[in-house]
Parts: sequence; C-alpha cells; structure tokens
Amino acid sequence: MMDGTDESNILNSASPSNGGTMEIASPTNPLAPTTNGSGTATSPDSSSSAPMTPAALGENALHVEISDALSEKEKVKFTVHTRTTLPGFAKKDNNVVRQHEEFVWLHDRIEENEDYAGYIIPPCPPRPDFDASREKLQRLGEGEGNMTKEEFKKMKSELEAEYLATFKKTVAMHEVFLRRLASHPVFRVDQHLKVFLEYDQDLCAKPRKKMDIFGGFVKSLGKTTDGILLSATVRDVNDFFENELQFLTEYHGHLREAAARTDKMTQRHKDVGDAHQKISNALLQLSTTEKGHMETFAAKSAEVFERIKNLETRVASDQDLKLGDTLRYYQRDSDAAKALLIRRLRCLAAYETANRNLEKARSKNKDVHAPLEVQEAETAQAEACEKFESMSACGKEELIGFRNRRVAAFKKSLVELSDLEIKHAKSQYEYLRQSLLALKEIA
Amino acid sequence: MEVESPEHNREFAEVDINNGAITDEEEVPAPGTVSLENESDLFVSAMTPSEVQQRRISVSNLEEVLTDDGDYFIEISVSDPQKIGDGMSSYLAYKVTTKTNIPKFKRSEFSTLRRFSDFLGIHDLLVGKYMRLGRIIPPAPSKNIIGTTKVKISPQQTEPGTATNQEWVEIRRAALERFVHRTAQHPVLRVDMDFMNFLESDQELPRAVNTAMLSGAGVMRLFNKVGETVNKITYKMDENDPWFDDKITEVENLDGNLQKLHAALKSLVTSRKELSALTGLVAKSAAMLSTCEEHTGLSRALSNLADVEEKIELLRSEQANSDFYILAEFIKDYLGLFGAIKCIFHERVKAFQNWQYAQMQLSKRRENRGRFELANRADKLDQAQQEVEEWQGKVQRCQQQFDDISAEIKREMERFELTRVKDFKANIIKYIEDQMAHQQQIISYWETFAPFAREIV
Repeated sequence: MMDGTDESNILNSASPSNGGTMEIASPTNPLAPTTNGSGTATSPDSSSSAPMTPAALGENALHVEISDALSEKEKVKFTVHTRTTLPGFAKKDNNVVRQHEEFVWLHDRIEENEDYAGYIIPPCPPRPDFDASREKLQRLGEGEGNMTKEEFKKMKSELEAEYLATFKKTVAMHEVFLRRLASHPVFRVDQHLKVFLEYDQDLCAKPRKKMDIFGGFVKSLGKTTDGILLSATVRDVNDFFENELQFLTEYHGHLREAAARTDKMTQRHKDVGDAHQKISNALLQLSTTEKGHMETFAAKSAEVFERIKNLETRVASDQDLKLGDTLRYYQRDSDAAKALLIRRLRCLAAYETANRNLEKARSKNKDVHAPLEVQEAETAQAEACEKFESMSACGKEELIGFRNRRVAAFKKSLVELSDLEIKHAKSQYEYLRQSLLALKEIA
Repeated sequence: MEVESPEHNREFAEVDINNGAITDEEEVPAPGTVSLENESDLFVSAMTPSEVQQRRISVSNLEEVLTDDGDYFIEISVSDPQKIGDGMSSYLAYKVTTKTNIPKFKRSEFSTLRRFSDFLGIHDLLVGKYMRLGRIIPPAPSKNIIGTTKVKISPQQTEPGTATNQEWVEIRRAALERFVHRTAQHPVLRVDMDFMNFLESDQELPRAVNTAMLSGAGVMRLFNKVGETVNKITYKMDENDPWFDDKITEVENLDGNLQKLHAALKSLVTSRKELSALTGLVAKSAAMLSTCEEHTGLSRALSNLADVEEKIELLRSEQANSDFYILAEFIKDYLGLFGAIKCIFHERVKAFQNWQYAQMQLSKRRENRGRFELANRADKLDQAQQEVEEWQGKVQRCQQQFDDISAEIKREMERFELTRVKDFKANIIKYIEDQMAHQQQIISYWETFAPFAREIV
C-alpha cells in the first residue's frame, strides 16, 4: 500500500498549486481495495500484506504492490514494486514503472494463452478516467468570477479531493489485478508477468488506436455471438457446467444492472450533498442581511448544512466504494468466468468434431488394416478429449474458487458497508444533537 | 389643526417604535389625552364612508387586540380534501377545523367545509379591507390550472386519484393550512367579521367572483397590476422618513437572499426525491441478485439488503418531505409575505402621492383666492374660499392617511419581524429534529441488516 511520502507525491501531481494540504473526503482510505478478498481465496500469503516489513518473506513468495503513482496529463504512471523469493527472478526487490496500457498488454497476453483456457483470467483494470474531474476543474476555472473567494476555494479543494479519490481508486484497481495474478498458482509463474515485473524498459504497449478499439469491439461482438451460438448448438454433457453458464449469464446481467443503478444512486446522493452546500452558502449570505442573534443563528445554520453536506458526501462515497466497487468488480469477474465457460464449450465443440472425424475416418477406412488416417484421427480425438477433460476439471475448480472469492468479497464489503452506514448515521445524529443545543442556545 | 396633527403623529410613531404595538394606548400619559374615541373620530373624519366602516371594525377590535399578549390561542387545521361534483365543474373542498378560546367566537371548537376559491375569496376581502391601511395580509396559495384539472378529471369521486395528484392535493392542503394559520396569528385579522364567518359559518359562502383566473375581473386585475407595477417603477417619492429607506433596502436584501435559499432548497428536494427513486431501483436489483445467487448465506444477506434499501427509499422520500414542507414551502411563504410587504409600502407611496396632489390643488385654490381678492371680485371670492377650505380638509385627510399608514406599517413590520425570527428558528429546529429522527432510523435499519452480512459463511 501507499505510505505518507507516496501520498504527497500524488498530491503534488494532482494539484501542483496546492502544497499537499488537502484532506481526503472519505475517512476510509479509498486505497484499501474493496476487492481485497479476491486475492486471498487462493493464496494466503498475499493477504498478509504488510509492505513495510520486508523481512517476512516465505519460500516461493511473490509480493506485488503499487508503491507509487504519478499522474501526468493524459497518463498515469504506476510504480510496481515486487518482492519475491521465486526462482527465476533476477532481483529479490525490484521497481518498474508501468502504464495502464501495459496492464492491458499483460492481460491480453494471459487471456490469449491457450494453456490458460481453463482458468478464469483476472479481469483487466478499467482505464483511468479523470475526464469528469478535469472537466469540472476547468469549468470551475471559468466560473471563478461568479463566486466569492471562499466558495471558490472550497469548491477547488473539493474537486481536488474528488480527483484524488478517483486517482487512488484507479491505483487500487490496478493493484488488485496484479495481486490476483501473483496469488494464483499458475499465473504467478507466467513468463509475461515476470517480464512485466522485471523488464525496466517500456513494454511497447502503445495505446490502442481508434481502429484497433473498433476491431476489438467487433471481435468481442463476435465472441458474444459465438458464445450464444455455442450455448445453443452444443449440448453440454455436464449439468454442473450447463447450470453454471446459465447462472453466470443471468448473474452477470443482474450485477451489471445493480452496479449501474448503485452508481446512479451514489451520484445523486452526491448531488444531495451539493444541494446542502448551496443551502449553506445561501444561509451564510442571508446571515449578512440579518441582525443580532438572528445573524448568529443563520450563520450557525449555514455551518450545520455544510457539515451535513460533508457527512452525506461521505455516505455516498463509501456506498460507492463498498457496494458499487464490489458490484462492478464482480461484474467483470463474472464476465471472465463466463468467458471460461464459453472457451470450454468451444473446446467441447472441437472434441465433438474430433469424434465425428474419427467416426468418418473409421467408416471410410474400415477395410484397411491400421490405417494412418484413423490413427491420426484417434490421436486428435484423444488430444481433444484430454484437453477437454483437463479443462473441465480445472474449470470446475476455478468456478468454485470464483464462488468462494465472490462470497468472501461480498461478505467483507457488506459488513463494512453496514458498519460505515451506522457509523456515519451515528456521527450525523450526534452532530445534529449538538447543533440543536447550540441553536437553541442562540434562540 | 395643522400644527397639532403632526405632533400627534410623531407621538404615535415614537410610541410605536419604543413600546411595540401592544401597549401604546395605555402607557402614553397623553397630555392631549388621546382617547380611543378621539382617535377614531379623527380617523372617521378623514375617511370615505366605506372606509369608516372598515376602520370601525378594526378600531373596535383594537381594545381586545391590544390586551392580547398570548393568552388567546387559535388553532386551525385544514384537512380531508374531498372532491365534490364531477368533471370540470367539480371542486375540492377541505374541512376547516378551528379550536380557540377567543371569546368573540361562539364556540371553542367547530369546523366547516370550504372550497379553494373560498380561501382566495377571504384573502381578497382582507386585502380589500386592510391593505390600504398598511396591514400585511398573508398571501393565499396561487391557482394552478393544470394541477386542478388533473384532479378534476381523475375518475375517483372522493379519493383524488394517482400518487402525483395526491401529492399535489397535499401540497395545496398544507399551503392553505399555513395561510389560514398565518392569518389567524394576526391580532386584527383573526377577529375580522369575514374571517370569523369564513371559519364559523355552516353556510356556503357567496361565490367569490373575481378569483376565477380567466374571468373578466381576473383580466382587469391583471391590467391593474401591470399599471401599478409601471407606477411603482416610474414614481420615486421623496422619502423624509429614514426608517422607511432602511426598511425598504432591508426587505429587498432579505427577499433576494431568501430567493436564493429557496432555489437551493428546491434543488435539494428534487435531488432527494430522485435519490429515493434510485434507491428503490437498487433495492430491486439487490432482490434480483438475491434470487439468482446460489450461495444461501449471501442470497439471504442480499435479500435483506434489498429490504434495507427499500426502507431507505421511503426514508429518503420522507426526508424530501421535510426538506419541502419544513423548509422550501416555509421560505416560499415568506417570499409571498415579502411581496405583501412591498404592496403595503406601495400603498404608502400611493397615499403620499394623493397627499401631494391635494397639496398642489390647495395651493392652486389659494392662488385663485388671492387673485380674486386682488381683483376684488366678491362674487367669486366666496366660492374660492369654499374651495380652499374643501382642499384644506382634503390635504389634512390625506396627510392623516399617509401618517396613519406609515405608523401602521411600522407597527406591522415590528410584529412581522418578531414572527419571522420566531418562525425561522422554529422551522430550522424542527427540521434538525426531523433529520435526527431520520438518522436514527437509518441506524436501526443497518443494525438489523448487519448480522445477516456477518452470518455469511
């Protein structure tokens, strides 16, 4: 995780004009990945992540973390810190600088590897998106003349905090991706991962051009229709997988909807917070036209509304962090699990084709003794069968792993969510109670 | 006479400022012994017959009003909106229930059925009677043709239809209740004959003709309003009372700031309502996830999450209601009251204009008289003398009216300020109490949920 010095680094890059004095809106560290539980299911050593104690490294350990990140105009540069005792690594402790595109590159290499067809590929982290924050900052700059100095300052520091939160979330997402790879028994020894962690040069993963993105879209569209076609034409012999596919398809849909709705909800909740700020501003202005204790009363009310705004915004961002992020992550993870099932179906189709080929070869060469064609078909069939079998066995384990991971992650976030909701509501209640006394004193 | 009256007025004004409206009559030792009759005589002489009658009403009330310092109470509730009749000729009627210990009322608790236009009617009557005297008449809720029509054409006879209609009816009901309540808080307005009749009488009130928006009278009213606005903009009076200068600026500033506050509150209400709806959608999604989820524990937790979110949906809409009724509508009412205050300020300007006009006329007549005196036209002199006297009377009356309205406005403003401060504080405090209750609900909702999350194995 990130320590103090890293944070100031981010701060400086996020807001060069503001000497690192801002506060993060959310009391909970947005860096703590909600989906942390995902990495712990398969490998216990990644959960004991105490980055500041480099001593305790067991045998065959692989620790990956993003120790620092810098935001530069359009791109974010992540410093990936690796500590390992795995054989084959040149250094036990190493730092490399990676960009988002290189993460995508790593993800794609793993996804396209045939040997990994039976595993759920950890979903690729989403592209850093600061456009919204940047746009707001820009608009703030344009509207500078329309507001008082205090309002402007307040707005600015808020936007910076928002930017920082998004930034930290992005870092966390990328870290979770690496951690899942590092904690997976197979992926952790992947050559591409090793290159990604060790090679101190740019991996030449150029950001995808527009055409490529379009091509990728067509490809993914092809994949989807392929999946539908496969699930319609290939009869699965195994109920477990058939049920899983059905379940995952439905589940994925619900997750996507739930994630989108939660997102909208938290967004609107932030608007509620903003409205409180507007009310606070209006009340403060009102207090200037009031006299005597009415002036104090209005000013105090303004203070109360501003505080409620902060508390409500916190509730919103924690909902986003706990509920929204979990839903979003498992939306992607369930998609990855679905992809595994589709790959398995494709493999099944290939196996069936091999069977048919063998039949054909046999009937064609029934009079020939030990025909080459049949032998070839037999080996092909045996290979396809073995591949399918091993993929099924592996897939089953992976799906059970997915389920455990999912349940653990949901449990963790739901527990944290309810704790935070209670905490925020309690502190708001307490604040309101005190304000009420103070206001009654004025009145 | 001319020397005496300003003195009297100054006295009046001073008393007003120092002692408040309530006790001036008793506490002034009054070398000129300004008895009640004396004063009312003065008023009467300065007024047209219809005004005399009105003034009588208020003056006769004065005694009671002045001794009233909180011993009297009156509570009015407007409830049970019901649709009467069918189609476009139907209307909504409300039950108006009054509880009071003011002896002028025949009973201490009574209720009657009143329709919306009756409320507008009583408001117009009060405006007609008291606005020219400088009293702040609480504004009645405005007409809303679209809302009304929607309710009218909704098929149900007694129940006013859909949720939006119901909400609309509730908004109006609350607005009407606040309007009557506010009127009843005014020591003079509450014992006005018409207002009492409005509360007490079992009879249907005569249909107020000019409340209909599209009637001829309504159009005329619109024209008058436009004319007055033009007049307000164009005419600047020379203010010789700095109190008014200050007050007018103060009212303008407060009005402007309250408008901003109202806009901010409205956006809060909208956002909060949307948040409520979106929370409902999240609840639905959680429920769907729960039915789909294979893991029993997680499924149970998700289904409980759906329950919690559903409860929070309701809670958010309750919060939106407190935002709306306790704050937004309250501020809106005050914007209306500031409108009424601007009206009485304008009435004062009109009174000043009349006075100036009368003075101008008087000096003209005096010139005429002087000319006739010089020309020694004894035949014309008599008539000229008569005219001078007539205008002298008019000037005096107009000045009296102007002084009266000025004094009344000061008194009203003082009362208004007291109520405003009290109301504002009470509403903010009520709002915070409401929010506290809401937070407590949130705590209890999540506390019931928490075990289900922890139980997931």
